[in-house]
Amino acid sequence: MMEFINFYLIPGLALGSIYALGAIGISMIFGILRFAHFAHGDVMTLGAYGTLTAVWVSGLHPLLALPVGIVFAVLAVLAVDKVFYKPLRELPTIYTVIASFGVALIFRSLIQLVWGSQNEVFIRGVQKPVVLFDLIRVSLLHLEAIAIIIGVAIALHYFLSRTQTGRSMRAVSDNAELARVAGLDTEKIVRATWIIGGSLAAIAGVLAGLDTNIQPNLGWNLILPMFAAAILGGIGKPMGALLGGMVIGLVEELSSYPWLTDEPLINPSYKTATAFLMMVILLIFRPQGLLKGRLF
Amino acid sequence: MSPLLAIDGLTAGYGGLPIIDNINLLVAPKEIIVVIGPNGAGKSTVLKSVFALTSILSGSIRFANQEIAGIATQKLVPMGICAVPQTRNIFPSLTVRENLDIGTYAAPPRNRAEVEESVLTLFPDLKAKLNQPAGELSGGQRQMVTLGRALMSEPKLLLLDEPTAGLSPAYLERIFDLILAIRQTGITILMVEQNARQALSIADRAYVLVNGRNFASDTGANLLANDEIRRSFLGGSRPS
Repeated sequence: MMEFINFYLIPGLALGSIYALGAIGISMIFGILRFAHFAHGDVMTLGAYGTLTAVWVSGLHPLLALPVGIVFAVLAVLAVDKVFYKPLRELPTIYTVIASFGVALIFRSLIQLVWGSQNEVFIRGVQKPVVLFDLIRVSLLHLEAIAIIIGVAIALHYFLSRTQTGRSMRAVSDNAELARVAGLDTEKIVRATWIIGGSLAAIAGVLAGLDTNIQPNLGWNLILPMFAAAILGGIGKPMGALLGGMVIGLVEELSSYPWLTDEPLINPSYKTATAFLMMVILLIFRPQGLLKGRLF
Repeated sequence: MSPLLAIDGLTAGYGGLPIIDNINLLVAPKEIIVVIGPNGAGKSTVLKSVFALTSILSGSIRFANQEIAGIATQKLVPMGICAVPQTRNIFPSLTVRENLDIGTYAAPPRNRAEVEESVLTLFPDLKAKLNQPAGELSGGQRQMVTLGRALMSEPKLLLLDEPTAGLSPAYLERIFDLILAIRQTGITILMVEQNARQALSIADRAYVLVNGRNFASDTGANLLANDEIRRSFLGGSRPS
């Protein structure tokens, strides 16, 4: 039982938190701007490198230096929106989707140029696990990731249901044409979307970097499960994406638990595949996703 | 009295292709003006032009003596013009209260609670549904939500695009009654309608459009009594 919690459940929730943080932005951007943002993984990477630089300069713990990475990633997405995505907004969205592939490549190349392509680590040395009652032994990072996602879930729910900007975002995602007729300031809503999406991606990037190491493909390697999470949750529904991320993270980790015999149920190298299998099965029976999202 | 809305020689359409040609239309304060005509006559295009959703090729649109042709949709709401589209006119996943709230964002009313109170007095059906997603309501109730949303910004001029489209006869009557009640609060109404006979019966004046041009205009009662209009646009027989 303890082994299940220590080695499968908690790591699953932590991985799910990282997916969820990225998927919320993907889902929001799809809801408001109507395109799949393929550069989102590389926004995560930018946030991680921004934070890494702040750690080098200040010597602070990565989670304390995180605000620097957040600002860095947000400025990058706002600039990219202004220069690349905004001029394409009136065209069919496939142009913007392809542009976001281009932006992904630009981000990755710039990262390699500035920081090099070698692996970096936030904190050197082996991290001691947190031990509770001599039974629970988990990594501090995983607990931090879970705490962050709980905080984000509460804040996001409050923002979307109680604030004017949050409600306007849901309105645009529901019916963009009517939102315009109702006089909502679409550009302001778009800006808010990038700020939130960029911030959460930066946090996800730093958590992913802390979990393994930092390299230019850090975020790109996570883009598929994050998209799966956004689709699973119901595309255009940020809370759904959060839920979807947690489900995908858990399924990946729990699929290699020795459920039936002493052997892992599914070889850990197929972890990612199980998440997709789960998504495919769910979408066959509930194509709108967990939280009734938009259908294509 | 100077008109609240004056459309003068308006030619407009989509992507450079004119749908309406040299349209003239006047709306005095507190009037109910109805635009009728066959399908494809360009009725909705007139409303959409006022609301900056078409491309205007020539002519002028003046609201309260100010030229508004070419002013962005977003800026018209704070000026006191509110529009209710024909279809997809609610935010389905937002609750009824949130739908009403959206109406206050572009043009915050002086006293929000008071405006909500008066909107709910007009639409008492909505009181019990305030926390329900608007997408779960019936067609008639949705129409009330979208009218309520538009009224939340305390508009001077309300543009209604076929407010009874697709509603059951029971609701049809109620919506026309509500439109009269809305006018009673001092709001001017310009509406396009397919149910021409009922619309003319509540209209102060009406315009008949054919092929994107002005065909006739008169008081609602006179148009209802006009044989030619009745034959061509009201489906023949005299109302009983």
